[in-house]
Amino acid sequence: MSKRIDISDLNVYYGDFLAVEGVHMSIEPRSVTALIGPSGCGKSTFLRTLNRMHEVIPGARVTGKAVMDGQDLYAPDIDPVEVRRQVGMVFQRPNPFPTMSIADNVLAGVKLNNRRISKAAADELVERSLTGANLWNEVKDRLEKPGSSLSGGQQQRLCIARAIAVQPQVLLMDEPCSALDPISTLAIEELVHELKNDYTIVIVTHNMQQAARVSDRTGFFNIEGTGKPGRLIEMDDTTTMFSSPAQQATEDYISGRFG
Amino acid sequence: MSVLAPPLPVRRSRKLARWAPYAVLAGSAAFSAGLLALLTTVTIAGLFALTAVSYAVAITTLSRVVEGPRWAKDRLATALVTLAFLLALIPLVSLLAIVVGDGLGGFSWDFLSTDMVGVFGSMTSGGALHAIIGTVYVTGIASLVSIPLGIFTAIYLVEYGQGRLKRGITLLVDVMTGIPSIVAGLFAYTVFLVLFGPAYKSALIGGVALAVLMTPVVIRSVEEMLRLVPNELREASYALGVPKWLTVVKVVLRTSVAGITTGVMIAIARVIGETAPLLMTVGIAQNVNWDAFDGRIATLPVFVYRQYAQGGVAADRAWAGALTLIIIVMLLNLIARLVSRYFAPKGAR
Ligand SMILES: Nc1ncnc2c1ncn2[C@@H]1O[C@H](COP(=O)(O)OP(=O)(O)OP(=O)(O)O)[C@@H](O)[C@H]1O
Ligand SMILES: [Mg+2]
Repeated sequence: MSKRIDISDLNVYYGDFLAVEGVHMSIEPRSVTALIGPSGCGKSTFLRTLNRMHEVIPGARVTGKAVMDGQDLYAPDIDPVEVRRQVGMVFQRPNPFPTMSIADNVLAGVKLNNRRISKAAADELVERSLTGANLWNEVKDRLEKPGSSLSGGQQQRLCIARAIAVQPQVLLMDEPCSALDPISTLAIEELVHELKNDYTIVIVTHNMQQAARVSDRTGFFNIEGTGKPGRLIEMDDTTTMFSSPAQQATEDYISGRFG
Repeated sequence: MSVLAPPLPVRRSRKLARWAPYAVLAGSAAFSAGLLALLTTVTIAGLFALTAVSYAVAITTLSRVVEGPRWAKDRLATALVTLAFLLALIPLVSLLAIVVGDGLGGFSWDFLSTDMVGVFGSMTSGGALHAIIGTVYVTGIASLVSIPLGIFTAIYLVEYGQGRLKRGITLLVDVMTGIPSIVAGLFAYTVFLVLFGPAYKSALIGGVALAVLMTPVVIRSVEEMLRLVPNELREASYALGVPKWLTVVKVVLRTSVAGITTGVMIAIARVIGETAPLLMTVGIAQNVNWDAFDGRIATLPVFVYRQYAQGGVAADRAWAGALTLIIIVMLLNLIARLVSRYFAPKGAR
């Protein structure tokens, strides 16, 4: 249930502006890949290209290749909707659907797609997904309450439950903990740790400790200056990256001696 | 380097009693009444204005002496805001009072259930059934055209439109919003004159005239509501592998349906009282016309206009007709509220 992605020579543009340039990267299945780098270097931009969410932004486009288990994600005959069903995404800010209950939020991927599902199967899916997102015990008595009645951290885990309910192959997480307290953050980190048994996970984070704690491999993005494109400077096993990185810039960034 | 300390909070040592503002208000009213009686005559408007001024002065001074300058400003602001609120309320309340007061006399079940066939001169019988039905027909036709057209146009503008076409449509909608209603009436009249000849009269023409007025209002308000839906919800939906059209239907429209209902109701209320284009296109009739596609038809605004122009006992029917119109609009608003309440996003903390 998890796939590898090989990215080669990827450029991302917003209109004429080259935001990310020349990325080569392999994302291993059943592992956590962390992306770090200073603000504005294109981590979110790059992450969105992995499930073609960049196409939602007017003027955004990519050149290059991203191959998931032999299938080119950008091939003209590939439907972006199909890609997004296989590559799920969790956003920086929790965004549950305000008109739906907690249970319906988890079932959103099924219900919004007009797929029929029996009551028993739906209940089972809700429980499995919420358990998977480490939220079941907190909400099992109020599944009919609106999703926006939860705390920020609970909402974020609800969004993770919603993303894993559609059983994607890959899960992209864009700074999922940036709005959360340390306890919710810890809960989500533990969750990431469990999820990697089943999913390929790519996580963007500004928190070095977090990258070191949760990830198997780390990629460092950097930008030379404003208006310049972001680049992948270095990518390696997390332990190597944090102990003896090959590039001086990486070491500076990780040790906080930056800019 | 010296650090600027934030100013210490100033505490209110003495506080006016809860009843003090009311006592001051009563005092100012009595003072104003006395002053007016001494100098000129007491009128409601004069009493109101003088009371307002003397109350504002008295409460501010009192508060300044007892509580201190900051709370004096607060009292003054409270007095001014309340005054503004009361002033804004005057037209609304007096309009309602006059319409209800003058309309209730002629308003009865008979008024709602009879038409004007065989009512002449100073006869007090007769009613507005034909006009109510005509208004329902004409407004219904306008809504049938405008609501779907308006909603789809707004969806196009917000969710799909790009470049020139979008800008062109936006411009046209802006221009259409400003069309005087008489021009819409002329337009519909001319179109049907060209297509069906001078003999053709029906509710349909009035409906088309009102649709011309209503569509831009619907587009504008629905557009506003769709833009209020956060982009994050659209992205959340896309990221679950939901196609765009389903996202629009099940997330965007579903999230904004409460606001859209309100907007549509405002648009209906805006056209239901239109008189000029209806006077021109559907004219007036004395009897109930059940056929929306053939023959003259009466409508409430035109009915009110005609009866009032006639004067005498007919003026009572005009007021009753105005009351009926207001009641219809209020009922529509009530329905809109219930719909919004039912569909509104729940549990925002
Ligand atoms: N929708 C957009 N349109 C145009 N340019 C954009 C858009 N989104 C991002 N950019 C630009 O692309 C570059 C990379 O932005 P991106 O959001 O990917 O940075 P990031 O690494 O995720 O930063 P952060 O850590 O602050 O989230 C920035 O220069 C940004 O201004
Ligand atoms: Mg970002």
